Amino acid sequence: MSAQTATIQDTEFLGAGDAARPPRTPMQIAMGRLRKSPLAIGGIMVLTIIVAAALFAPVLTDYGQNEIDLFSINARPSSDHLLGTDGLGRDVLTRLLYGGRLSLLIGVSAAILTTILGIVVGAISGYYGGWIDSTLMRFVDLMLAFPSLFVLLILAAMLDEISVSLIILFLGCFGWMWLARIIRGEFLTLKAREFTEAARSIGVPDRWIIIRHLMPNVVGPIIVTTTLDIALYMLAEASLSFLGFGVPPGTPTWGNMLNEARPFYTTRPLLAIAPGLTLTIAVLAINFVGDGLRDSLDPHATK
Amino acid sequence: MTRYLIRRLLGTIPLLLGVAILSFLFMQLAPGGPDTLYARAGRMSDDQLAAIRHSLGLDRPTHIQLLIWLRNLAQGDLGTSYTQFRPVTTVIWEVFPNTVYLMLAGLSLSLIFGLLFGVGAAVRQYGFFDQITSFVSYFGLAMPVFWFGLMLQILFAVKLGWLPSANMRSADGGGALDLIRHLILPAFTIAIGSIASWSRYVRSSTLEVLHQDYVRTARAKGIRERRVLRGHVLRNALIPFVTVISIDIPLYLTGAVLTETVFSWPGMGRLFYDSLTKRDYPVLMGILLLGALLIVIGNLVADILYGILDPRIKYR
Repeated sequence: MSAQTATIQDTEFLGAGDAARPPRTPMQIAMGRLRKSPLAIGGIMVLTIIVAAALFAPVLTDYGQNEIDLFSINARPSSDHLLGTDGLGRDVLTRLLYGGRLSLLIGVSAAILTTILGIVVGAISGYYGGWIDSTLMRFVDLMLAFPSLFVLLILAAMLDEISVSLIILFLGCFGWMWLARIIRGEFLTLKAREFTEAARSIGVPDRWIIIRHLMPNVVGPIIVTTTLDIALYMLAEASLSFLGFGVPPGTPTWGNMLNEARPFYTTRPLLAIAPGLTLTIAVLAINFVGDGLRDSLDPHATK
Repeated sequence: MTRYLIRRLLGTIPLLLGVAILSFLFMQLAPGGPDTLYARAGRMSDDQLAAIRHSLGLDRPTHIQLLIWLRNLAQGDLGTSYTQFRPVTTVIWEVFPNTVYLMLAGLSLSLIFGLLFGVGAAVRQYGFFDQITSFVSYFGLAMPVFWFGLMLQILFAVKLGWLPSANMRSADGGGALDLIRHLILPAFTIAIGSIASWSRYVRSSTLEVLHQDYVRTARAKGIRERRVLRGHVLRNALIPFVTVISIDIPLYLTGAVLTETVFSWPGMGRLFYDSLTKRDYPVLMGILLLGALLIVIGNLVADILYGILDPRIKYR
């Protein structure tokens, strides 16, 4: 009990208590909290390694991503091929590194697209209210009624050839609804607050109120959602590619490697284990960072 | 309450109508329309193609087609499968029960393990069990469903040989026990995500209730800890859980496609995958509509149940 009151006091009088420390911005406070979360720090470190490995793939491996070594087909792990080769004699580790590039690119781009769409719809809906709001929210309900993977798969089946940018576009267009709802909810309460009224009373245009006065208040949820969405989209890309309706076959992504490994899972389990485990670790790291951000960006947190 | 019920029920009608219309428009996106599939299938003269277009009603204007499609839909007619030449409803109903088995088994597993892990972790917060379960659920949420299925196949079917790796029944038929043996691995596969998220959820809501005054009162009265947990904590902690289950319905639908594909389970998800590879659009649309219907009904039921279970909620 006494320990609890002590911590509350500490935070309450932070700044007032020690005048020597310069005042910190909310973002600095949040980052300070993040630094104390071991899981988030671990996640950031693992992610850095994965991103670096994907970016520096050409430096890290001597093989090309589709280079076929006819003399070592289905080779076991050795000093030449650290994770062995697949049924076509391609180096598994090399494809894993290059595959990370596309998986990460798709995850990050689709998450950014989703965020933009979510912000625009949520902000307009929450700020203007009325019929605009109810129309947009009915549309959100409608979009949420569809199982998105089903729609994505049908779309992919309709187009005979599907490209990476189309996948990003599709994923991004079917995932913005949750963020839109969050932002709308926040805006509904924010627009009734005094600072918004004050801004409006001195004639600040709507667009500027949204950008300058309301948006900074929802940066937290946006950052968290975008981070977690990256993981979600990497998993979605893997699911699509695994079923054969994602990134064109032959191009290494973690999902495509799993698709290629599937027929051989009894004889060559490593081909399936390696990309799946890499994807799991990447998603795990992103989720750790996302959860850490959620805790540290929460303005009501006392720690 | 009755008034609220009626209003909610009426409210889902435009939503379902929207789902149907959007699905129809979506189907129009198929390159060249459905008739090109017939044209592609064999060598047809223009006259034959025109005859088919006419018999399918494809020569009418789009809005008339939409009205016809809606009328048929209201009568439970989803059209004819392009590849099996039978009504879509028959094709789907044939395999639907198999998916229901899989989903029910998965749901039961999620409920059992979600509650067990969640409550166990909350009772001893930051204890050993808490650490283990939170690690497991982080992993469960991060793993691709189909990859988890593959790993189960490799471990339990290939390496250990304990369970069958695929299909729903052994080649020589087999009884209920045989079905259950085939069900175990796919059920765990489809459930892994919700086991993970539900145990996290139950943990946090149990923790929240454990700090309530009435729990302290119950303990002060000298009620045994077990009864406090069952009668006071769980009853209240599990109310919001209804909503969480309904949120996971899309997850289960997606899971069915991936799990059934990995385990060759002859259900709706497998049918969806097969129809994808054959471009059988009417079947795809039928399953899409059925999925959307399940999601809408699930949300409705969850909302209503939530109100019944939590007397603090007032309806207007």
